[in-house]
Amino acid sequence: MMMNFDEHKPIYLQISDSICEKILNDEYAEDERIPSIREMGAQLGVNPNTVMRSYDYLKSLDIIYDRRGVGFFASPDAKKRVKGMYKKEFMETELLAIAKKIALLEIGLDEFIEKLKTVKNIE
Amino acid sequence: MVKMQLLSFRYGKKEVLNDISMRLEPGKIYGLLGENGVGKTTLLKVIAGLQKPWNGSCSVFGEDPFNRAPSFLSRVYYLPEELEYIQNDYSIRFFAKVNGPFYPNFDNEKFEAILKEFAVEGDKKLTSLSHGQAKKGAIAFALATNADLLLMDEPSNGLDIPSKTLFRRIIVEYVSDNTCTLISTHQVRDLENLIDPIIILDNKAVLMNASLEEISEKLYFGLHASIPANAFYSEPVPGGYLCVMENDDLGESKVNLEALFNATMQHKKRMQELFAPNAAEVSTPSLRPE
Repeated sequence: MMMNFDEHKPIYLQISDSICEKILNDEYAEDERIPSIREMGAQLGVNPNTVMRSYDYLKSLDIIYDRRGVGFFASPDAKKRVKGMYKKEFMETELLAIAKKIALLEIGLDEFIEKLKTVKNIE
Repeated sequence: MVKMQLLSFRYGKKEVLNDISMRLEPGKIYGLLGENGVGKTTLLKVIAGLQKPWNGSCSVFGEDPFNRAPSFLSRVYYLPEELEYIQNDYSIRFFAKVNGPFYPNFDNEKFEAILKEFAVEGDKKLTSLSHGQAKKGAIAFALATNADLLLMDEPSNGLDIPSKTLFRRIIVEYVSDNTCTLISTHQVRDLENLIDPIIILDNKAVLMNASLEEISEKLYFGLHASIPANAFYSEPVPGGYLCVMENDDLGESKVNLEALFNATMQHKKRMQELFAPNAAEVSTPSLRPE
C-alpha cells in the first residue's frame, strides 16, 4: 500500500515515503538498521546527496536515528511517528482536497458518511 | 577542485566557449547539459588537459591541466564518447593490465566486480564485442581507476535500456566518496535522479550550476489543466501542461530535467540571473588549498 505516492513530489520525499512504508509494513523493523546512504542510492540509482536529504528529513522527524560509525536505524517508536506524520498530513491537506471535491460534486454529507461506513465495513 | 575563470576556446576562428567561469567540488556527480555544439566535449577536454584554452584559466587540483604533469594525469580519468582508442585487438582485461598501473588507486577488484555486474566478457577481444559491451568495459575501467576527477562524455550512449538502469546504480555504488564526477549528456532521462548539481552550458556562458535543492527552491514544476499566468514555460503532456514558474512559496516539487533544460533555452537571461552565484563568493579568492 503506497499511502503517499505522488510522482510530482521531490525525489527525496518520495524516498522518505517509501522508507516510511517499509517501517509500517515491518520490512524495516523498529530499532534495526536500515540501508546505508550508498546502499539505498545504489538500489534506486539515485544520487547519494538526494538520499542523504531523505535521511536528514526523517531524522528531523525522529523516525530514524543515526549511530555514528554504525549507520542509520529506525527509531524504537518509528511506526507511531510515521502514523502521526501521515495523520497530520491527512488531516491538514488530503482531507481538504476531499472536502473540496465533495462540494464540487454536490455530495451530501450524510450520503458521504453512509458510504464511508460501508467502505469501512469492507476493509 | 576545478576552477575555471573566463575561459575561452576556439577551433581556428570558430569560437566554441566564451568567458566560461565555474567551479566543481569533490564528492558530487555533476550533470553537464547543453545543446549540440555548445562545447560540452571541448570543456571536458580542457579540464582533462587535452585542449589548451585560448584565453582565461582552468585550474584542476591547483595545477594547469595542459602541463599534463604525471601527478595530474594520474588523478584524472576522461572517458570519451567515441571508443576508437579501445576498439583494438585486445580484451578489456588486457587494457586494464596495461593502463591500470598509471593510476595509483586503481582497484582491480572493483574493475572485476563491475565487469561482472555489467556481464562483460573480460577476455574477449574488444573488436568482437558489441559497441554497448565495449562501452561497459570502458566504464568499468574508468570507475576502477578511483580517479579524483572522473570526466565522462555521453556515457549512456549506446547502452541498452537495462544497462542504462544498471549504469546509474553502478555509478552510485562504485564512485568514491571524494571523487568529483562530471557527466555530459543530452539524454537527461538516462541520468535522471543521478546527476546533481546540474550545469547548463551555452557557448557564451554557464547558464546554471545549481543543486536540485536550489533549483526546487527557485523554480516550481507543476502539472496544470490550463497554463497559469505566472508560468514562464509550459509544455503539453498527457495530463495537461507541465509548467515551470518561479517558486514564490509554492512549496517543493520534483525537478523535471527536460522541462528545466527547455525552459532555460527559452529564457536564458532570466535563468542566468535567477541562478547567478552569490557575487561575494565569486570575488573572494579561495584560501583553502585544493
